[in-house]
Amino acid sequence: MTAAIRYEEMEILLNDLFTRYGYDFTEYSKASLLRRIQRLFSLDKFPSFAEFRHRLQHDPQYFRRFVEEVTVNVTEMLRDPSFYRTLRTSILPVLATYPFIRIWHAGCSTGEEVYSMAILLKEAGLLHKSLLYGTDINPQVIEKARRGIFPVSQMQKYSENYIQSGGIKDFSSYYTANYHLAKFDGSLTGKMIFSTHNLVSDFSFNEFQLILCRNVLIYFERHLQAKVFKLFDYSLENFGYLALGAKESIRFSPIADRYKQIGKEKIWRKIYETG
Amino acid sequence: MRRAELIVIGGSAGSLQVIMSIIPAIGPDLPLAILVVIHRNVDFESSLEELLSARTRVSIKEVEEKDPILPGTIYLAPADYHVLIEDDRTFSLDYSEKVNFSRPSIDVTFRSAAEVYGKKLVCVLLSGGNADGVEGMLYVKEKGGGVVAQDPATAEVPYMPQHAIIRMTIDFIVPAGEMPAFIKGLVYLPPA
Repeated sequence: MTAAIRYEEMEILLNDLFTRYGYDFTEYSKASLLRRIQRLFSLDKFPSFAEFRHRLQHDPQYFRRFVEEVTVNVTEMLRDPSFYRTLRTSILPVLATYPFIRIWHAGCSTGEEVYSMAILLKEAGLLHKSLLYGTDINPQVIEKARRGIFPVSQMQKYSENYIQSGGIKDFSSYYTANYHLAKFDGSLTGKMIFSTHNLVSDFSFNEFQLILCRNVLIYFERHLQAKVFKLFDYSLENFGYLALGAKESIRFSPIADRYKQIGKEKIWRKIYETG
Repeated sequence: MRRAELIVIGGSAGSLQVIMSIIPAIGPDLPLAILVVIHRNVDFESSLEELLSARTRVSIKEVEEKDPILPGTIYLAPADYHVLIEDDRTFSLDYSEKVNFSRPSIDVTFRSAAEVYGKKLVCVLLSGGNADGVEGMLYVKEKGGGVVAQDPATAEVPYMPQHAIIRMTIDFIVPAGEMPAFIKGLVYLPPA
């Protein structure tokens, strides 16, 4: 297989999409984006760049597919168990002191992390006073997240993650298995709100005590990362927490000096010095 | 004579020993960058960085997103992320689907490196039990880069280099024992 789309062609495409649909991918990391676009191009067997471009410009249904395929939707429950262990031991006890807890999962994909968080909150006796917002640019994954149905084949892995994260219950008590599907408990779903939201262009829609955005910023260029960090900063209460992916950091961002890292995990607390 | 600016070494099962033998052959005056992409278990975490650092004075660094690719450094792909290379010669990380059941995938990195480095790239495929890296290597060749494979007869698991040899004309097929000297020769070319 040879590269069918070149960097310059991708730039043309991204400009088209911004003009035609208002979706701005121009500040995404190019190497990853190019790879995803090339993958789609060969998957759908386009004979030329011109035809690919034409289809994208004139077929909104196909543009939907483009968004679904080009954005990365890989996620799992309780990924990096030590991260969730820290949430249990260091973060939830602080959140417990609030009368009402608001959490935002930005770029939540199919929702596995939102369900993970709901389980932690339930076990800490906090779910009844919590609201979990899950947002993503891709409407199709949001629809999946809402359903809370995941492949049974993943459950053994998730159960191991759960135990490593400090869980002491039977993980299977949180879902009902039916053939190859596992449907998660309605008591978890009841505290979740899912919606589409584009981190590139949208503004702050609430104030949260905890924002999680894991393995999303790696796909953005530095300038866009800075923009998103500012959005998170506006959307966090003072003393709220921001959690990122294992290989992400706020170190080079414009908000770095107002945040303190919690232990070794990628969790920072917003601390505005007063006086 | 063609001077490489980046060497990417890919390997899977049975490759760690070869990599451990290559590292001491490289001095702190390394005039280019080396990136090592090997399949490893997530649970072993960063011990590889420490393991290799103990054997050399060259700086060994696990790739972080947006790190500039600098000569004099040996970079390691982090467990569970694909490593890609941007036009401006910085790294980016990618947590998309596994490729050839692997993340990091050698194919993904070879291909992305070829896109940016073209003729200034040399790729090396070591011992391993699947064909990850072979497709990427074809692309490296297409872009004019150099391709090197470990001699399968000297590989703990010959499948990976064997496949590369079947699929294309490999520039150099090097036995494991001579790999350190070969890489050293590649790194320290006589002055132009």
